[in-house]
Amino acid sequence: MSVDISGEAVVAAVPGPTVGALFRGFLGLGLMGFGGVLPMTRHMIVEDKRWLSAAEFTDLLGLCQFLPGGNVINLSVAVGLKFRGIPGAVAALIGLIAAPSAILIGLGTLYARFADNPPVMHMLAGLAAAAAGLLISTALKMAAPLRARPVAIVFAAACFLAIAVLRLPLLPTMLVLAPLSILATWKAGE
Amino acid sequence: MMATLVSLAIIFAQLSLLAFGGGNTILPEMQRQVVEVQHWLSAREFTDLFALAQAAPGPNMMVVTIIGWHVAGWPGVLVASLAKFGPSSIVTGLVLGLWQRFKDRPWRRVVQAGLVPITVGLVAASALLITKASVHEWSLGLITATVALVTWRTRVHPLWVLAGGALVGLSGVGQA
Repeated sequence: MSVDISGEAVVAAVPGPTVGALFRGFLGLGLMGFGGVLPMTRHMIVEDKRWLSAAEFTDLLGLCQFLPGGNVINLSVAVGLKFRGIPGAVAALIGLIAAPSAILIGLGTLYARFADNPPVMHMLAGLAAAAAGLLISTALKMAAPLRARPVAIVFAAACFLAIAVLRLPLLPTMLVLAPLSILATWKAGE
Repeated sequence: MMATLVSLAIIFAQLSLLAFGGGNTILPEMQRQVVEVQHWLSAREFTDLFALAQAAPGPNMMVVTIIGWHVAGWPGVLVASLAKFGPSSIVTGLVLGLWQRFKDRPWRRVVQAGLVPITVGLVAASALLITKASVHEWSLGLITATVALVTWRTRVHPLWVLAGGALVGLSGVGQA
């Protein structure tokens, strides 16, 4: 807020974040986001920094989910682009992945050194089993909204069979199943 | 080394463009390429690295970074990250403008609804493959089932259940 000559308070349109602010914002997010960054992303962008309104955030997230790539990765690119063009997008993306990359490489070094040590192996086995459990519940939660859509269930099952059981390559599987699923969804009016 | 980096670039750039519905959907293909086609890692190592990436902060595609590092060190990190995050980010940038224009078109909703079951099928496939690779003792199966049930039914923070799984694993109960 600034004060103009007439002494009246002027609420200036909040200038968008700078390239540096985008980098720092997403750097903090990358450090916070354990096991799924999305809830914290919304908090940071909408409530804390107020870079976007709630409606703008939802709209942008819709786009990011629709496109290939991680939702939050895409969101960082979209937010960066929106405010500061390509430099902003690069700053936001690098901010988001810098800290987790460094931490992971540290963990990877420890893994390479201690993977043969029995307690470490036992701990990793437990960690991997828990990570598998998280994936199962993610799949269950994502499948729940399909209950009322028989056509969707058929395509989800076909995709599961092709990839997990028959071990078919992803590209041809998607090229066949995705258009068919879109067509069937349209015809069935789901 | 150069050939490895080129393969890393090609594999992850392709996965980047195929990752509809987020990172978990491409896990099966990543495992197929990295373990079965290239033999860079064993199935066990892939699962371990995936678990480490889940336990570390950040978006859930970070497994790419650690695979790049494992396969080819720092150049591997750079190449795998650029290949994984670059192409999908460029697509996002290009589509951002068009998106506003087609916001209210009905076909957009149909396309979105039609892609959902594919995404669900892919995530379910990831869950099965990672479970098969990580559960090789009854005690580990118990951890997986408990975590799945607890995180499905409650809103507990994922980090707690990962820490719990690691602790139970560390105790060595039921493991050879």
